[in-house]
Amino acid sequence: MDIASCKADFPLLEQTAHGRPLVYLDSASSSQRPRVVLDAMDNYYETTHANVHRGVYAIAEEADRRYEAARLAVGRFIGAPHPGQEVIFTKNATEAVNLVAATWGRANLSPGDAVLLTDMEHHANLVPWLMLAEERGLELRWIPMADDYRLDLSSLDRLLDGVKLVACTTMSNVLGTIPPFARIAEAAHKAGAVVLADGAQSVPHLPTDVKALGCDFLVFSAHKMLGPTGIGVLWGRQDLLEAMPPFLGGGGMIADVRRDGFTTNELPLKFEAGTPPIAEAVGLGAAVAYLDALGMEAVHKYETALTAYALGTLTERFGDDLRILGPPNTEDRGGVLSLAYRDIHPHDLAQVLDQMGVCVRAGHHCAKPLMRRMGVSATARASFYVYNDESDVDTLAEALAEAGSLFG
Amino acid sequence: MPGLEDLYREIILDHYRSPRNRGELPSPPARRAEGFNPLCGDEVVVYVELDGDTLKDIRISGQGCSISQSSASLMSGAVKGKTLSEVHDLIHTFKAMMSIHEARLGDGEGDEPVALDPDSLGELAALQGVVKFPVRIKCATLSWNTLAQTLDQDQGEALASSNEH
Repeated sequence: MDIASCKADFPLLEQTAHGRPLVYLDSASSSQRPRVVLDAMDNYYETTHANVHRGVYAIAEEADRRYEAARLAVGRFIGAPHPGQEVIFTKNATEAVNLVAATWGRANLSPGDAVLLTDMEHHANLVPWLMLAEERGLELRWIPMADDYRLDLSSLDRLLDGVKLVACTTMSNVLGTIPPFARIAEAAHKAGAVVLADGAQSVPHLPTDVKALGCDFLVFSAHKMLGPTGIGVLWGRQDLLEAMPPFLGGGGMIADVRRDGFTTNELPLKFEAGTPPIAEAVGLGAAVAYLDALGMEAVHKYETALTAYALGTLTERFGDDLRILGPPNTEDRGGVLSLAYRDIHPHDLAQVLDQMGVCVRAGHHCAKPLMRRMGVSATARASFYVYNDESDVDTLAEALAEAGSLFG
Repeated sequence: MPGLEDLYREIILDHYRSPRNRGELPSPPARRAEGFNPLCGDEVVVYVELDGDTLKDIRISGQGCSISQSSASLMSGAVKGKTLSEVHDLIHTFKAMMSIHEARLGDGEGDEPVALDPDSLGELAALQGVVKFPVRIKCATLSWNTLAQTLDQDQGEALASSNEH
């Protein structure tokens, strides 16, 4: 399959906004989905739907088969050693982090224990730890960001001393920065810490292998990787998952229930209480198949080239009027461009861009500590995916120029 | 630009570029309150100095988009020197103007039209176009809600709030 022509697979992108072709540059927030994903979900509901893990009749068995096939496909997509046990379906990446905090965290972290985070984390990988820190009296430490928008690892060994958990993004949703995660994970393991990777931004865009990353937990969301909303993934090392207490209680997650207690089900069902998002899992499975057909190496290469084009085009056209908050080149960088244009407020910028059919996000991007660190209250963020091309970047540049003349 | 004339009126852009009553007042004695728009990160700090029943002086600081900043600037000019009762009326009228569209979004039909006296709003009427852009309504009302906060608090609460952040 050819990435350059895949835009036609995305029905939503056929429409216009304010009379102009829609230019969707907000995939870091949520991606669009190709027809095959929508068809897979429709087909599931039209032909197969029944609850999973319960029925012996034919369509229930087929529902079960499709749900578990999605789990295996997702597991293979991230190089999971034991996909059938280690891939837990959650509501989203946020819930996956909360699951780890509420189960592994409560079972393993005591007052005074330290958790190491970074300056670039999304609130999803911050607030659960702030909550647990408040509850348990934990110490939170931070890997600082240097002025070049990369993590400053010069004090890593000192920061890791006595740390029980490191929770770190694999790609910043504001800057596009791809931290040297494997290096951090290796040092963390030497220091005896468990490592959680927030892969919400990287899994949709980069080849992912949990063994190469060296993480113990990986979380990500389907809706940022061409899949549906309402489903996310927690991958965890099997031995850790086995030892963890359950998260939500209910049907499906138990092996036995008595009046005086219960025993939990095997992995992964132990962490999937209640009827899971079955159609969403089927949709995610189709999204993974679509990405596999494009090839994640090719996806990464395509987006890197597009990001290079954007960095070059915007810098050349706007010079010092445009500040890009993130690495200035594509080395260890994804297709996320946080923009500050003259002193036009991002909200106003996004409004003018919308009038030109260009969808960008304006705000703090759920990373307020990072915004404070950079001394800004908000940015306008353009982010790319497989359905974007150079003409989208050109339209973005035209729209920025329009905003400049309006607020000039 | 086409499509945005109602939002970015010249008077709004003027107040954005040259905000009136910008700055701070010593607090105490001035009352002080902060308002945040968590969606876009806008923040506004309103200082008011009362003289008996009159809003004697007002200053605005903080940062935000053209709509929140111009609304704050226009508001400061409109309330300065007014009696507290007049200020309350103006806050009510302005918020009513801003809520027209929000109310209609609810069920689309049958909402009671809010009786507005355009003369009572003066330059503030320029912000009426904001209601066509529902996401921006919170930008326009941010400073007004924050002003209302300073008036509703007694002095002790106002100081407590100023220490919160």
